Amino acid sequence: MGGKTWFTNAEVLDETSLAVALGAGAKSGGTGLRFDLPWVPYSHFSRACAGGCGLNEIFRQFGSEYDPGRFFCELTTPRHGAGPVPQQLVERLQGIGLEALRARASAAENDLIDLGVTFTVYSDATAIDRILPFDCIPRILTAREWDLLENACIQRVKALNLFLGDIYGKGHVVKDGVIPADLVYGNTNYRPEMRDFPVPHGTYVHVCGIDIIRDEKGDFRVLEDNARTPSGVSYVIENRHLMLRTFPDLMAGIKLRPVDDYGRRLRAAMAEVAPGDHADPQVVLLSPGIYNSAYFEHVFLAREMGVPLVVGADLVVEADRVFMRTTSGLKPVHTIYRRLNDDFLDPEVFRPDSMLGVPGLIRAWKKGNVAIANAVGTGVADDKAVYAYMPRIIKYYLDEEPLIQNVDTHICREAEGLKYTLENLDKLVTKPVGESGGYGITIGPRASKEELETVRETILANPDNWISQPMIGLSVGPTLAEEGIGPRHLDLRPFIITGKESWVLPGGLSRVAMKRGSLIVNSSQGGGSKDTWVLARDFGEGEPA
Amino acid sequence: MMRDPGLLARDAEGLFWMARYLERVENLARLIDVTQSFESPGFEAEAWQGLIRINADEKTFRERGFSFDATHVKRFYLLDKGNATSVPGSLEGARTNARTLRPLMSTEMWRQLNMFHRFVSRITPEDLEGDALSRLCTKIKEGVQAHTGITEGTLYRDQGWYFYEIGRLIERADQTTRMLDIKYTAILPHGREEKRVAELTQWNAILRAAAGYHAFKRLSRAQFSPEDVVQFLLRDPASPRAPLLCVRRIESHLDDLRRHFGLVAGEEAMELAEVLRELLLEKPISHILATGLHDYLDVVQIHLQELAGAIGRAFFRDWRPETVPVSQLQIQTQVSA
Repeated sequence: MGGKTWFTNAEVLDETSLAVALGAGAKSGGTGLRFDLPWVPYSHFSRACAGGCGLNEIFRQFGSEYDPGRFFCELTTPRHGAGPVPQQLVERLQGIGLEALRARASAAENDLIDLGVTFTVYSDATAIDRILPFDCIPRILTAREWDLLENACIQRVKALNLFLGDIYGKGHVVKDGVIPADLVYGNTNYRPEMRDFPVPHGTYVHVCGIDIIRDEKGDFRVLEDNARTPSGVSYVIENRHLMLRTFPDLMAGIKLRPVDDYGRRLRAAMAEVAPGDHADPQVVLLSPGIYNSAYFEHVFLAREMGVPLVVGADLVVEADRVFMRTTSGLKPVHTIYRRLNDDFLDPEVFRPDSMLGVPGLIRAWKKGNVAIANAVGTGVADDKAVYAYMPRIIKYYLDEEPLIQNVDTHICREAEGLKYTLENLDKLVTKPVGESGGYGITIGPRASKEELETVRETILANPDNWISQPMIGLSVGPTLAEEGIGPRHLDLRPFIITGKESWVLPGGLSRVAMKRGSLIVNSSQGGGSKDTWVLARDFGEGEPA
Repeated sequence: MMRDPGLLARDAEGLFWMARYLERVENLARLIDVTQSFESPGFEAEAWQGLIRINADEKTFRERGFSFDATHVKRFYLLDKGNATSVPGSLEGARTNARTLRPLMSTEMWRQLNMFHRFVSRITPEDLEGDALSRLCTKIKEGVQAHTGITEGTLYRDQGWYFYEIGRLIERADQTTRMLDIKYTAILPHGREEKRVAELTQWNAILRAAAGYHAFKRLSRAQFSPEDVVQFLLRDPASPRAPLLCVRRIESHLDDLRRHFGLVAGEEAMELAEVLRELLLEKPISHILATGLHDYLDVVQIHLQELAGAIGRAFFRDWRPETVPVSQLQIQTQVSA
């Protein structure tokens, strides 16, 4: 897909999530099942809900029936560790009432407009500032769930960095047959300029966003890695501030992991990777400028980090060193946190037509005079062709099983994967690895016999180019909607900062599809977001009352 | 532990221009308000044409497809987003600069500017009719004044604040000269000047537009002359909108930038500011009135433009270090490494 940010107008969900989306949508009319999950009896629930009612029943009072169907509900499906929090939350929502909720939600959205917390959607001639719709019913993660997510994210980033160091170095992973050479070296995002150029602490992916979903059984799955310039972290923090301002009564007394530390951590990581041993290296954030749809986030991060927000024209390379133009002349720059794609960074090396970049930047970098984060060439690691191999890559470098699995992916270049795919075409989502933007995807259960036959022939003609995945139903969360409070699908994007070590911002961005039955969580497609609460500690885990 | 964060040349320029655009918005509202009070039965169009003339907007006005009547001039300045010199156009300029400056601005400043921008973008043709117009002008003035107040109370006073102030002062000095000029272009454009200045009600209106009415009354004798009014509006050392006060403050800010922030490149600008100060003081007002106030104001405006240009050359876009060669900057880098 073109660019990994998801605040751009052009972007539709990439193939992986699209497949998941369409897959889950397909079954929504079907089964009529409610809770085919093992129902975990929980004492808090039975006590609070005399007569055996569940949280779903309380939500019914908000209008229409709240029915998550067979999807995992992030609030009402009972889980260990959450203790009384879901119950409290639902009761507090009930206390506020639907009308007041709507009024406050709308006031909160006005607040976002006044504050300019917006992303820009470009059409042919106009640019419209839109807010990311905000849903006031938070998504809760227990401390135990967060432990798993945090460790899995750190594990994955570790593997991504080792992989990148390897493929831009000796290439053991290819020589040992873990991943086919053409997927790596033939990848359009592989940057030969990066070969034999070690980076400080072996960190290529300084900021990573990993898209995670939860399936019907309640298990987390990694949908996608975003190792280039992932967006969205500003909304995590702004959403929390908005909740604190607008819904303090929902949060009262509930201990949550804070989200305020992101800017400081990012700045520290940027300082750690700076060349030389400056006591106080000059960090800048390089943005494409005010016309970029994620500009608000660039501003937000520059402010949180306390560093200048620069555009290409502010920087100049002289004698292989990078400087910024200030009122008193040129001032040295040591680390550039760039929110600009590889292609645009340096017209001397990449796109010669780039007006956004800095001529000579790569030269200065290769001389070791400046650090660039994320490193150039990380796009090969978050490519969907490579994604399929991530479980093996983790095993190869770390000798560990992935703590959170990929969505099951069958690789057709391998005999077993091909056989399984061909035998189950009518149940699977098939997709070409080389294409972007959702081209060439076939949703098995929705395809006609003829279409499946065509797919079979296409795959057989060039199996290397194909993968297949099952359809997964994303979990849902209760969301303020036209009909009252209804289930809406959501995902999670935690953010991982890596300098010397990795640190994960507690929670992450919960993106929610605001339309009923929709699984498109993208902002440009009407998706919104929720505050993500990570409980500071769990209940009922053997601690004193 | 504390560090000098410096200031990007582009941000200095952005602050300078954001302040200019906002000052322009306030003064446009003042000019429109005073123009309305100049309307006399049967000559409404003439009064409004004067506004076009003092802003040198004849060409744009025609190109935008307007005709010279009161309604069209009001729409040109209050509704036409495509006109860069209109209230919505200038505010758009201010907000675009503010977007680039957002990392340096307080959240309060940004929020108010956003809301003000939204208010202005919703002005309707009905708001320009009859007594509604004066109320609208008041609201626009108050929008900028709220901005100025929030800025005063929240913008960090490092060098960025000085560039913001300088931009505002240059624009204000320029606008006050235009306010004076409108007296001449709006009424009796072909008559003798002494005759024109006799119309005291109009001078009162201009004094009100320049927020100087009461101060002037306190200072002047019972029988005041046009010279007194022009003297007050141009040269009073304590009148916040007088070009003389503006230029003196610019000089002081340039001096502070040099002494406190080591910005030594502003010599040319300092010299130009001094020349301008002398221009504002050197001749008796009676002499200026006799030889033509309009031409004199033109010269003042040109000097202000040159001053702005010199500041731009010194600190903004095209500046390259002349006193500190790059080789030395490198040495500094290695030393600190």
